[in-house]
Amino acid sequence: MMKSQKYMNPYLAGFLLGLVLLTTIYITGRGLGASGAVKSIVLSTVVKVAPVHSENTQFIKTYNEEHPHGPLQDWLVFEVIGVIIGAFLSGVISNRVGIKLERGPNVTNGTRIVTAIIGGALFGLGSQLGRGCTSGAALSGMAVMSFGGIITMFAIFGSGYAFAYFFRKLWLK
Amino acid sequence: MGPLVPFVFSNEFNLIIALLAGIGFGFVLEQAGFSSTKKLVGLFYGYDFTVLKVFFTAGITAMIGVLLFGQIGILDLSLIYVNPTFLWSALIGGAIMGLGFIIGGFCPGTSVCAAAIGKLDGLAFVFGSGLGVLAFAEGYPLLNKIYLAEAWGPVLMNEKLGMSKIIFAFLLTAIAFISFYLTRLIENRVNGIQSNLPKRKVIIYSAAVGVAFLLLIFTALLPDAKSRLESKVNQALNYANLGSVEIPADKLANEIVNNYYRINIIDVRTPEAFKVFHLPFAINIPVERMNERQWKNILNQKHKANYFYADDQQTARKGYLTAEYIGKAENYLLNESPANFKKMFYEIGDPEAIAGKKEVNTYNFRKKAASEMKMLVEALKNSTEPVVAKTTKIKGGC
Repeated sequence: MMKSQKYMNPYLAGFLLGLVLLTTIYITGRGLGASGAVKSIVLSTVVKVAPVHSENTQFIKTYNEEHPHGPLQDWLVFEVIGVIIGAFLSGVISNRVGIKLERGPNVTNGTRIVTAIIGGALFGLGSQLGRGCTSGAALSGMAVMSFGGIITMFAIFGSGYAFAYFFRKLWLK
Repeated sequence: MGPLVPFVFSNEFNLIIALLAGIGFGFVLEQAGFSSTKKLVGLFYGYDFTVLKVFFTAGITAMIGVLLFGQIGILDLSLIYVNPTFLWSALIGGAIMGLGFIIGGFCPGTSVCAAAIGKLDGLAFVFGSGLGVLAFAEGYPLLNKIYLAEAWGPVLMNEKLGMSKIIFAFLLTAIAFISFYLTRLIENRVNGIQSNLPKRKVIIYSAAVGVAFLLLIFTALLPDAKSRLESKVNQALNYANLGSVEIPADKLANEIVNNYYRINIIDVRTPEAFKVFHLPFAINIPVERMNERQWKNILNQKHKANYFYADDQQTARKGYLTAEYIGKAENYLLNESPANFKKMFYEIGDPEAIAGKKEVNTYNFRKKAASEMKMLVEALKNSTEPVVAKTTKIKGGC
């Protein structure tokens, strides 16, 4: 198997990412995002699977009323489908595609999967409370100088540093 | 002028844009190494600051671009989406996300990238984030107090700090470059290496820093599009000879009676003055708001002639000249104030007994025109109400 290529220079990648974001804002008037797509898919699924329950759950009901077309008309869902395609293309070009599980040196596969799910759940919950994740709130917020977006960014990274010590066994030797 | 959606591109086409933006987003994230959880968490343990470098560079690139586009006048900053601030939910939500980041090793966007190239931990994270969203939806009654507390609306960072946008941009850019330098020192120390940048890279990096600051200085010095337009108009006011496009009231009245469907009458006074009295069929576009894009299809069309008027000739001329610079329409201006127009047509006194034939003719014409204008306005009440183009704020966010 060919060796996978080195990653792009981070500043060049950042510059390109900035251009993608700028172009998106110029064309659509809004920034990029990610967690909103998960929200759209999850909540529409709940509505399909458990319609009665959805009617009785205020948050889902409101969301469903505000987004009557479902995930197939949702900007972020389309954008995230794009992310999947783009990342896959990049992986193909740089020889990084393949089933793999990445974990810290002292962690079992099972632990890694469980912690990924827990981390994902916390991120999912936090992104709903904070109205956006690292992409939608922090990155896009910075581009338009949103106060809320920038303090969310500080909260994310500040808390990451604050908790890093306690979870060092997950990642370090 | 941007944003192009929904003015140039339809909302359906916007979904294609979303797909393309996503492809660019995903491609760059993966190329930067954001599909690798080890690279991501390196930020928190000091061995790899790629996240900060990519993230900060992207943020300031887009920020400088947005400012520059706004100042040049190709992007309407009042329409773009600004995430609203809800103080407590932003801080607490952010803190929970940070915890999720250090435990799960991803954020939502990067986990999707990782899953896309076959990383099972990325897939697990995506699955987990679905559970998290569900937990929020179900637990909303418990969380909604925090969720909705301290709603400040779409406030901007620079407003909170009490500085202009451009000063804040300078500051943030400087902070970014300083942090790039410092994290490099930390990286070297944590990884126990002593690496020096090759000369070629030093030159490229310095050039990039220079370009960023030059763009900011250029943005700071450039007057915005509106003031550029105003100064052009004010200059033209001094030397322009507008005699050929000044129309007397009788001629305009004649146009209204016979060709109302081929003209726009544009009142460039304030909405208050417009409300008190305006010419039949007039549309109110205050002169200082003429550059707004909602008026573009009136000021930039070739089917109808535009007639401008105001209380004083100076303002009417300003309106006329602004329209000349903004659009391609055929423009004229009324050489009477609306108050005079009202006197001449609606409050006309009977001619004196000794009046000549000419005066009597004028009287008859104006009397007839006034009643016809009234009738037309009455008859077309419903169909000629100007359609106010709504400029809706764009919705965005996660």
